[in-house]
Amino acid sequence: MRRYSLLALFAVAIALPVAVHAQGRGGPAAPPPTARASAPIDLTGYWVAVVNEDWRYRMVTPAKGDYGGVPITKEALQIVNNWDPAADEKAGEECKSYGAAAVMRLPARLHITWQDDTTLKVDVDAGTQTRVFRFGPAAAAAGTPTWQGDSTAQWERGGGRGAPPVGGSLTVVTRNVRPGYLRKNGVPYSANATVTEYFDLSPSPGGQMLVVTTVVDDPRYLLQPLIVSSHFKKEADGSKWDPTPCSARW
Amino acid sequence: MGSHAMFSQMVTLRRSALVVLALLASVSSAFAQFEIVGSWAARNTEDISRDSYPVDYVGLPLNDEGRTRALAYNESQLAMIERQCEGWPQFYFVQGPFGLRIWSEDDPIKGNAISYTIGGWEDRAPMVIWMDGRPEPSKYAEHTRGGFTTGKWEGNTLVARTTHMKAGFLRKNGPPSSDQTTMTSRFFRHGDIMTVLVVIEDPIYLAEPHIITKSFQLSAAPISPIGPPCVSTFEGRPLDESVPHFVPEKNPFVDELTKKFGLPRDVVLGRRETMYPEYRKTIKDTFVTQPACTRNCGAVPNR
Repeated sequence: MRRYSLLALFAVAIALPVAVHAQGRGGPAAPPPTARASAPIDLTGYWVAVVNEDWRYRMVTPAKGDYGGVPITKEALQIVNNWDPAADEKAGEECKSYGAAAVMRLPARLHITWQDDTTLKVDVDAGTQTRVFRFGPAAAAAGTPTWQGDSTAQWERGGGRGAPPVGGSLTVVTRNVRPGYLRKNGVPYSANATVTEYFDLSPSPGGQMLVVTTVVDDPRYLLQPLIVSSHFKKEADGSKWDPTPCSARW
Repeated sequence: MGSHAMFSQMVTLRRSALVVLALLASVSSAFAQFEIVGSWAARNTEDISRDSYPVDYVGLPLNDEGRTRALAYNESQLAMIERQCEGWPQFYFVQGPFGLRIWSEDDPIKGNAISYTIGGWEDRAPMVIWMDGRPEPSKYAEHTRGGFTTGKWEGNTLVARTTHMKAGFLRKNGPPSSDQTTMTSRFFRHGDIMTVLVVIEDPIYLAEPHIITKSFQLSAAPISPIGPPCVSTFEGRPLDESVPHFVPEKNPFVDELTKKFGLPRDVVLGRRETMYPEYRKTIKDTFVTQPACTRNCGAVPNR
């Protein structure tokens, strides 16, 4: 009898998390919560980049030919050495260094909002860019490539089996990008680049921080994926929000 | 069934329930973590600790006292026999060029980690992150080069706090850190990438917390803690000579970065306002992009 009771308790314990997740089976199916409703972290608000890493590659235009830290191919080196901002201006491509692979590395402010229940929008004041992160299954690339490409988003949840969720993070994968620059001085990425980003939050002295880890995979122009991590501080409001147009030179 | 038997059975059931609850708790705890143990390669696609230029405090939020101390530093101090093996403070683990080897000491009964150790390098002490809930030492306890680190899991993030470090340097070229410096490290793992966020707070030399993020990639090839142990040797400075230093206002290298990259002096000297986007406005009309790079422009492409 005692043995059976013990076994029964174990069975209940092991089945408990499954049972919790299976609630509703047999009854009317409740719609799954939306991405917005089920967000494990709140990324919305105004964020300012703290540019204390790679300062001379981010805050000012580096010298032509300087690609320190970026593992480029020989083909990419040709582009680096032939960078011509005047030609980019003439071609109407002043936004080449503001595309998805580079935009989170800019000295900029972000304004993150929910566009709707399944779409997170990231406005960037530098270059006046807008990124759209869509939750749900990844759609096949369609349409003309754009600077910000097509981004598919997914929550990663903290906690685990049987444990209440604690925090989490956001993963965003972006494809179908227009070829652009990783840096203002013409270090290129191609149309085949895939940009994978991880968004993590952290408390910090006096507020909250956002850490964005960016992985750029581009076999054409990169010998290995480029991995950089950028950090932002949360701001109380948009009083310092300062949209500026793209520039090929500054 | 008699009342004694029923009571005995209830006691057994209650004990069993407690055992099951404890098991559930341990299962939950185990799944609320990621595996940090292993070898993590540095890709060095971002800043690594600068020692190429004697005065390069770019991106540091130094206060006036910190800046003055930094400008007084002369790298020839490293030739002094008593300073050769001082090593760098713990924040060097996200500033140096090397990868990390991390291992754990586990409780043989419960299986949970008692501590994680980030292996040291020749010039940085190992970091033992105590996960067993022990308190930080008294504020009067000895400060060491490696400091004292406690850790805890917050969801899928490992949070470690380091205190009790000796005074040292924020970078290898002299910006100082005091013995009151604390470091909070957060480890985020996404697949084979681990990003570490480090926040350094120093009430003596920093105008605001100094933040560093660095990503590592899981390596199939083992990374060994780097040795051998540092051994001091005579490098030409007799023991009775004074400590090499500069008068801060007369540091001969203060304009080197300005000449080489056109960076304003405020940037070179680590003023905190230079780290924020609006600073660009103040230099937009005066900054001159340097001539095309011809030497040391980046890694050499091999295909």
